[in-house]
Amino acid sequence: MTSHELTLPAKAAMHRPMNGLRSMAARAGMVPAWRAMRAVPVLMGGALALSACISVHTPDKPIVIELNINIKQEVVYRLSADAGKTIESNKDIF
Amino acid sequence: MAMGMAGLRKRRLVAGAAALALGLAGCAGLALAQGRDPAYAAARAAGKVGELTSGYLGVVGAPTPDLRRMVEDINIRRKAVYAEKAQAQHATLEEYAFTSGCVLIASTQPGEKYQAPDGSWQTRGAGAPQRDSRCP
Repeated sequence: MTSHELTLPAKAAMHRPMNGLRSMAARAGMVPAWRAMRAVPVLMGGALALSACISVHTPDKPIVIELNINIKQEVVYRLSADAGKTIESNKDIF
Repeated sequence: MAMGMAGLRKRRLVAGAAALALGLAGCAGLALAQGRDPAYAAARAAGKVGELTSGYLGVVGAPTPDLRRMVEDINIRRKAVYAEKAQAQHATLEEYAFTSGCVLIASTQPGEKYQAPDGSWQTRGAGAPQRDSRCP
């Protein structure tokens, strides 16, 4: 009768994350401070890249919003005679 | 009795004088309302203010506080007149003001400023001004 080993023997711990407190922290979902610090330049680089891509120019001319678009020609024609009279009788403000 | 009559006559005289003064003041007000204020007339002639397509007055170029105050004052009074007349004509304030703008731009004098349909300031020349296609 021969005996077989059901599982392979575990390898000895070879590198640092495999042992000690750091690996325990990583398994618990915690990010060590030194790792978080490493992300800072990456984020800054990303922000710089974004600012390089998106540039907002302010228009040099004032933005004119056309409010008269709904005024119809027939209305203007109907009112024009009365408007002329109004202007004639209020010469101080026209 | 005589004193009473005299008092009454005096009172009538005072009342008459007051009525006359009131009438004169009214006439003066009417006379003032006849034409443009000298500052306004000067600003128009100098091209510092111009007629907007909207029916209101606009400042051409950099506004000074005095110029802005004058234009705002005139525009408030214009708006009041437009509102009253628009209501009488069963039109909107904007319609009445815009129509007035058509008339006002048409009646600008050579050298005066007006706003073209594209929004730019133009100086009225000898010919017809550039107006909105809806203007009569």
